Amino acid sequence: MKTWSAIFAGMLFGLGLTLSGMSDPLKVLGFLDVSGEWIPALALVMGGALIVSLATTPWVLKHTAPRFASQFYVPTIRAIDKRLAIGAMLFGIGWGLSGYCPGPALVSLLYGYESTMIFCLAMFAGMLMEAALKRSKIA
Amino acid sequence: MSALPFLLPLGGGLILGLGALWLLYSLGRIAGISGIAWGALAGPDRDWRWLFLAGLLGGGAVTHWLFKMPLPAESTASLGLLISSGLLVGFGTRFGGGCTSGHGVCGMGRRSPRSVIATLIFMMSGMLTVYVVRHLLGGGA
Repeated sequence: MKTWSAIFAGMLFGLGLTLSGMSDPLKVLGFLDVSGEWIPALALVMGGALIVSLATTPWVLKHTAPRFASQFYVPTIRAIDKRLAIGAMLFGIGWGLSGYCPGPALVSLLYGYESTMIFCLAMFAGMLMEAALKRSKIA
Repeated sequence: MSALPFLLPLGGGLILGLGALWLLYSLGRIAGISGIAWGALAGPDRDWRWLFLAGLLGGGAVTHWLFKMPLPAESTASLGLLISSGLLVGFGTRFGGGCTSGHGVCGMGRRSPRSVIATLIFMMSGMLTVYVVRHLLGGGA
């Protein structure tokens, strides 16, 4: 059941991202282009997802454990600090340069475009750099 | 017909919200794609992450096949733009602890003030970046 749950959740996520238009980076750039030919409809993607998550998350977390696992893995960090602000800002800049955020970029690998592969490789390189920075600070 | 440009994003959003709900309900995990992607490579608990990512691509494939949706055009961004964009997205999402899904959908759904702030910041910096690149520099994708 664990296996199927992970696959099923991923499939719903991929279905939603694709159906909504998020896997089209030009459309996403159109959503971010508020002073140009703005495509405001994509705000409904996060809106729709939020309706579900706002309505159901408190109920889910009332359970003592998930259905097929021993515990919930919910982030416990609550700090609103420089790390959060700088990270979100850099992510936003990267998002605005190409129209790709992580989910849509990974789904788009499906299309076999070279540009998507380059983006995803660079994304993993960026993640590695962050991990290296974290390690160097702890050491 | 004219409602379709709004119904598809809304419907898609509801469906991906259900995916996040199922992941939390069944396995107790947050559907933050940047975290899942990183964890699939770096661990721990790689298995469910790879399965989720396989489902993610499978779900995309099924959608195009089932609804006969045309594939989106390839990004027109230059090589330099793609690489810098990818580096910033990868570094920024890890440094800030989440992306559009982790902060924007799951975190805000949990009413986490941290995620609300992060979402506001990356939305604004994304919009500002497009403004600068498209309208001040006259370039970009």
